[in-house]
Amino acid sequence: MGSRASSLLREEDIEEIKKQTGFSHSQITRLYSRFHSLDKGENGALSREDFQRIPELAINPLGDRIINAFFPEGEDQVNFRGFMRTLAHFRPVEDNEKNKDPTSGEPLNSRTNKLFFAFRLYDLDRDDKISRDELLQVLRMMVGVNISDEQLGSIADRTIQEADTNGDMCISFSEFTKVLEKVDVEQKMSIRFLH
Amino acid sequence: MESYLFPFDSLICMLLGISFTVWFTLLLVFIIVPAIFGVSFGIRRLYMKSLIKLFEWATLRMDNGETLKRSLPPTSYLQHHHNPPVSLEQEIHEMRRGGAEPEFDMSDIFYFCRRGVESIVDDEVTKRFTAEELESWNLLTRSNYNFHHISTRLTALWGVGVLIRYGFLLPLRVTLAFTGVGLLVVLTSIVGLFPNGRMKNYLSDKVHLMCYRICVRSLTAIITYHDSENKPKNGGICVANHTSPIDVIILASDGCYAMVGQVHGGLMGVIQRAMVKACPHIWFERSEVKDRHLVAKRLSDHVADTSKLPILIFPEGTCINNTSVMMFKKGSFEIGCTVYPVAIKYDPRFGDAFWNSSTFGMVNYLLHMMSSWAIVCSVWYLPPMSRMEGEDAVQFANRVKAAIARKGGLADLLWDGGLKRGKVKEVFKEEQQKLYSKVLVGSSEDRSRS
Repeated sequence: MGSRASSLLREEDIEEIKKQTGFSHSQITRLYSRFHSLDKGENGALSREDFQRIPELAINPLGDRIINAFFPEGEDQVNFRGFMRTLAHFRPVEDNEKNKDPTSGEPLNSRTNKLFFAFRLYDLDRDDKISRDELLQVLRMMVGVNISDEQLGSIADRTIQEADTNGDMCISFSEFTKVLEKVDVEQKMSIRFLH
Repeated sequence: MESYLFPFDSLICMLLGISFTVWFTLLLVFIIVPAIFGVSFGIRRLYMKSLIKLFEWATLRMDNGETLKRSLPPTSYLQHHHNPPVSLEQEIHEMRRGGAEPEFDMSDIFYFCRRGVESIVDDEVTKRFTAEELESWNLLTRSNYNFHHISTRLTALWGVGVLIRYGFLLPLRVTLAFTGVGLLVVLTSIVGLFPNGRMKNYLSDKVHLMCYRICVRSLTAIITYHDSENKPKNGGICVANHTSPIDVIILASDGCYAMVGQVHGGLMGVIQRAMVKACPHIWFERSEVKDRHLVAKRLSDHVADTSKLPILIFPEGTCINNTSVMMFKKGSFEIGCTVYPVAIKYDPRFGDAFWNSSTFGMVNYLLHMMSSWAIVCSVWYLPPMSRMEGEDAVQFANRVKAAIARKGGLADLLWDGGLKRGKVKEVFKEEQQKLYSKVLVGSSEDRSRS
């Protein structure tokens, strides 16, 4: 009797993922089904090509950076756990969680972690600093050929000037957080998953 | 020993002979003769009603099962926003910190980031190229995704279903298919010997209809035609949404069309050559397909001659899984004649008609079709449309597409069906980049003005 997607996901795995990410049981099985439909090679892991096959992602100027965020350093396959860990950053913050005592460390979808996810998109070499070069590269991805080098350079300089408080011409994570302290990060970096 | 076998032997021969004769008589009376005259005994509809009752019973049994509740592969993974679509500019301005308008804000990245991850969780395109998921199980293992052993009774029923489908229905259908195709080739060649004129056209129509009807019965296709007063007429083009090669048989068994296609070798080639003897179809050589002007010219010439049949075209260019209609290629809409849109919607409960050409070959696909319970579909003939003043081919194509999608209850998508195999064009990404650049540069222009 043919059984596909959900029988490959065991109850123990679902429980562990639930604890780690905070998704509900039904959300996890739904997302497993999505994972499975993206996994064309049927080997239980997604490659970068699998992501690039999504047209709406392929036309996103930061598509490649976002795809990169799913893959741990130096790897080109992401399994379901890794997939869920990354998606967990976008889980909306529920009211009862805001007051929860962080005994098990910070939840993946906390404000800090959401900000760190965005920080990582800028920080190309993962050295926890956004240099002028890195900022320029990301800006270039977002605007394509429509803005000149000089103009883009001055935009980058202005941004670093505004944010840099310790004068090292780079933006550290704490400087990044300070710059965005008035932004409603919880809402802007959340996706309404179906229950 | 020998004398014991003898009467046994002749008994077997006699039984075989009788069953053969009975079989063929039944075939003739119930299937071939009605196909010739275009009438129906209503056996297929009765079959369809009993199948529905059976499936509902089976689903009920499964829901009462002790094992895990069947979790359905969902059709959507995100909560639907019913807000009107907001442009990139608006969203980014909303998101910024307010105060003096900066050119670039580090929070701009949130917009792209969220959109990107949303498309990873759910997107409109990739799910159109795999078969649609069903709510109730139709006793075909191939459409079952989460079957756990629920009860022996259900398993037994499934087993009986397999026996019936592969042991009885499949051979019956294969015989019919061969008969239908064989008759098509032979009879069209005969009609081809007649001199051109009304008699030939009349005979050709009859022959084509009869053979397609036999093919329809060979698939146990139960088709409901709506709004037949809008059926395509000579000198026009009929466009329809494409789900499988069977679409051709479904439409051609109710009306006569001129087919368009590439010349094939093998059996298809034989059929093509025979068909074209009886009435003009448009077959292109492989090399000619690339030449768009040549294609357009041949189509216009055909359409200009009102004695020729309406052309049947599938503008999506590829098979889509019947939940949506994708971009129509504008070629057929540039010709400037009346377009007769047709919407085809299959009922997936009885057998999935979608041909996933990257997974199955043609023969495999046909075997799947013939071992399903039935193919049930509805065909709607929409009122004819023509290009309006000031409308270009692309806008006209989109208008027709929207009408077909609305009638058939399908989603109307702007994405190209070619995405099934190919990558999305760079130009779409460049559009997004251009829009964002306007946000950055636009505000600096305002600043310099003040």
